Amino acid sequence: MSIAALCSDRVLLNDWHVVADLTNLSAAEPFQTRLLGVDITIHCRGRYNKEVVRNDTGALVNSTKRYGFLWACLGTPERDIVFVPEAEEGDRYLVTGGSIAVKVSGLRAVENFLDMGHFPFVHTGWLGDEPHTEVAPYKVELTAADELVATECKFYQPVASPTAKEGFIVDYVYKVIRPYTVALYKSNPVHKARLDVITLFVQPVDEDNCVAHPFLCYLKDGVDQAGIRNFMQLIFAQDKPILENQVPRRLPLDPRAETPIRADAVAVLYRRWLRDKSVTYGAIPARM
Amino acid sequence: MLDLAKTRWHPIAAGYDLPLRHVFHGQLLGREFAVWRADDGYVNIWENRCLHRGVRLSIGINDGRELKCQYHGWRYSNRTAGCTYIPAHPADAPARTITNRTFAAVERYGLVWSAEEPQGEVPEIPGLAEGELLALRGIPVNAPADVVAARLKGYRFQPNAALDGKDAKVAVEASNDFTVALRAVEGGAATLAAFFVQPVDSNRSVIRGVLDGKVEGAARLAVLRHHNELLSALRVAVEAEAAHKPAPAPLEPVIERVSPELAEMPEETKHGRKATIRVQVARKWPAADGIAGFELRPIKGLLPTFQPGAHIDVHLPNGLIRQYSITNGPGESDSYVIGVKLERDSKGGSTCLHETVREGDVLAISEPRNNFPLRRDAVQTLFIAGGIGITPLLAMAQALKNQSLAHELHYFAQNEAQLAFPEKTSTLGASLKPHLGLSPDQTGAMLREILSGYGPDKHVYLCGPGPMLEAARHIAAEMGWPETAVHFEYFKNTNVIDDSTSFEVALARSCMTLTVPAGKTILEVMRDAGIDMPSSCEQGACGTCLATVIEGEPDHQDVYLNDAERKSGTKIMTCVSRAKSARLVLDL
Repeated sequence: MSIAALCSDRVLLNDWHVVADLTNLSAAEPFQTRLLGVDITIHCRGRYNKEVVRNDTGALVNSTKRYGFLWACLGTPERDIVFVPEAEEGDRYLVTGGSIAVKVSGLRAVENFLDMGHFPFVHTGWLGDEPHTEVAPYKVELTAADELVATECKFYQPVASPTAKEGFIVDYVYKVIRPYTVALYKSNPVHKARLDVITLFVQPVDEDNCVAHPFLCYLKDGVDQAGIRNFMQLIFAQDKPILENQVPRRLPLDPRAETPIRADAVAVLYRRWLRDKSVTYGAIPARM
Repeated sequence: MLDLAKTRWHPIAAGYDLPLRHVFHGQLLGREFAVWRADDGYVNIWENRCLHRGVRLSIGINDGRELKCQYHGWRYSNRTAGCTYIPAHPADAPARTITNRTFAAVERYGLVWSAEEPQGEVPEIPGLAEGELLALRGIPVNAPADVVAARLKGYRFQPNAALDGKDAKVAVEASNDFTVALRAVEGGAATLAAFFVQPVDSNRSVIRGVLDGKVEGAARLAVLRHHNELLSALRVAVEAEAAHKPAPAPLEPVIERVSPELAEMPEETKHGRKATIRVQVARKWPAADGIAGFELRPIKGLLPTFQPGAHIDVHLPNGLIRQYSITNGPGESDSYVIGVKLERDSKGGSTCLHETVREGDVLAISEPRNNFPLRRDAVQTLFIAGGIGITPLLAMAQALKNQSLAHELHYFAQNEAQLAFPEKTSTLGASLKPHLGLSPDQTGAMLREILSGYGPDKHVYLCGPGPMLEAARHIAAEMGWPETAVHFEYFKNTNVIDDSTSFEVALARSCMTLTVPAGKTILEVMRDAGIDMPSSCEQGACGTCLATVIEGEPDHQDVYLNDAERKSGTKIMTCVSRAKSARLVLDL
């Protein structure tokens, strides 16, 4: 692996990040990965005990298991792992959606996750279909908990989920929880009043690379776990080649770097929120 | 070295790299290009990123007229690289200034040439005759261009007619940092080879060779193989040499920032009734009985990007200003084509264009404005044109045809001779539905038939004489078409304007309160106060001078707004409409 820039953003160093899907770890072979530019090795000591070690210093890194993932914090944890309340509900499957490596900044991956406008073009026939391309106005706000929430998002989708039999207008809510963590809530095709939840934990491998770890909390009615995982991987495989063709790979925070439109209201606020938090890792800071 | 390299022309592709509807990924001095040839032959060299989210345009779709980004379907026009459509906002016209960065393109010696900041011309190689050449396969080399060029001076090869020989004398005819011309002679056979080294990046190059003389068939393959083997060997040697030296840092081309007004949610640019563009009448012809076609070409540079439904102001030699819709299809960006009907009650506009303006004349025109934008998210779109009302709808129908979106163009006229632009309408095939010689009653019945069967996601666009538009709007409403699905454009406002009232206008953002006296319009009073407000027809038909009403009750006298927009009381056409309340507050 090449030498990567190290991170100096305290908000990222002192936070928890997913470094592996537990099902990908094997006792027979240590697992190599990278977090915030630091190469790390995951060792399985016995069935339940995992150790994360820095390759450069050999120091042990804080780690813990949750939601089927192994989490690590390079610094001193300042807050707990993101709480997903839907993971406590008994009538949902909790599925990890496969760890997908993408050669782009994780911040670009988060922004793509927040974007409805690309559905008809990138997820043609599934999450959108030409000519149904309009992104209707929606609401975006910063909550008291310092999360970004986009509500009243609506989009016509031909096959919105593994159980959908026909196209319908899907209601979405998006929530940016942390710089590299984003969730979406979409109407369940069977229980129209309830929402399926996908939380995307993005592992900032380095500034130009990430691994997306989707965590899906889907209502059990009418679906199975393999179907949910399959659908997620199908969708993500469609995003990956587009994301890997974004130039530059890091997310530019300068308002004049790219051209936002009204449909991008949530992305505009996300970039501003990152600026305000002084997140620079994976970003190109705004020029003053 | 880099500064010099930037001013030089370099080959970035071979002509055969740009086959029909392909997008080629090129690179020069670290900067990536999306290179594509439109169906009209024009070679576009653009910065390889969509202005929206930076996605490479080299993975986009070349539809022959426009390049469509894979991420959000934004469309960019042939030639100008201006954005013509943003699918996420189908009801809006994109800001005119969303234009990708373009680079100069020249085709010479079977190669496509470009430059970052070109000075002078493409290198001239004496003895290389255009058209009688054989372009070799480009050979990529991981080494700086000057190292490659230096090595090429020692390149030894056989003339085309003596490939089996071994003793050709090779002489350097010309050379510089990026170009080496060599002549190989053996016996009576001689071949001139020019090698141009494309500096892809600081440590990457492509050797692009061209041989004089055409070679065909098996001999051609033998020549190509001969050079391929020799150049591949040269490549191995150069890369071995370069590997001994520290690799220079990759170049980091500067990506320009977008304009400040694009950095936030785009707003309409402010410009008055200005005619900044000079065009020449390249062609004037009878487009139909009583209708003259005009092809307007720019005196210099490129015409601005237009969108279907857009119109231009034409400033006539007699001082009058008239609006005409652009009839062009997508990507037809080298000229604007307009159609002008000779009006029986002409006040001098159409008479002047028909009788006075000739081919070769220069006219002043405004930038295109689009107040009649075309949605492209309908499952079916109906166009209903009456007479010369065909012009904006013709541009729209061609755009939908190009994208294979379902549409019908119903064209009402007195007789076949009055159907304008047959060369354009004939390309629409079965979607063109002419209705000839119908009486007003028959027209009404036909409109009823056309407008029956409203369904969700259907849209209708109307343009034609006032009475026909009134009838069509009325019938559409009866047939259950919601106002949001009925789009129309009047030629002119035939309402009798009552300008006898006097009222106050407060401009919220400018912090100004103005008094509009009887006999003056809001627009005129604002202009007098130094507010630069765009306008075009100035009779309440075109929609350019639209303003948002924050408070007060407008007295609508235009024909641009639909009934729902009128009732909402939130919009006003400042060129003709006034106030029923004593005070209006506008968001200006």
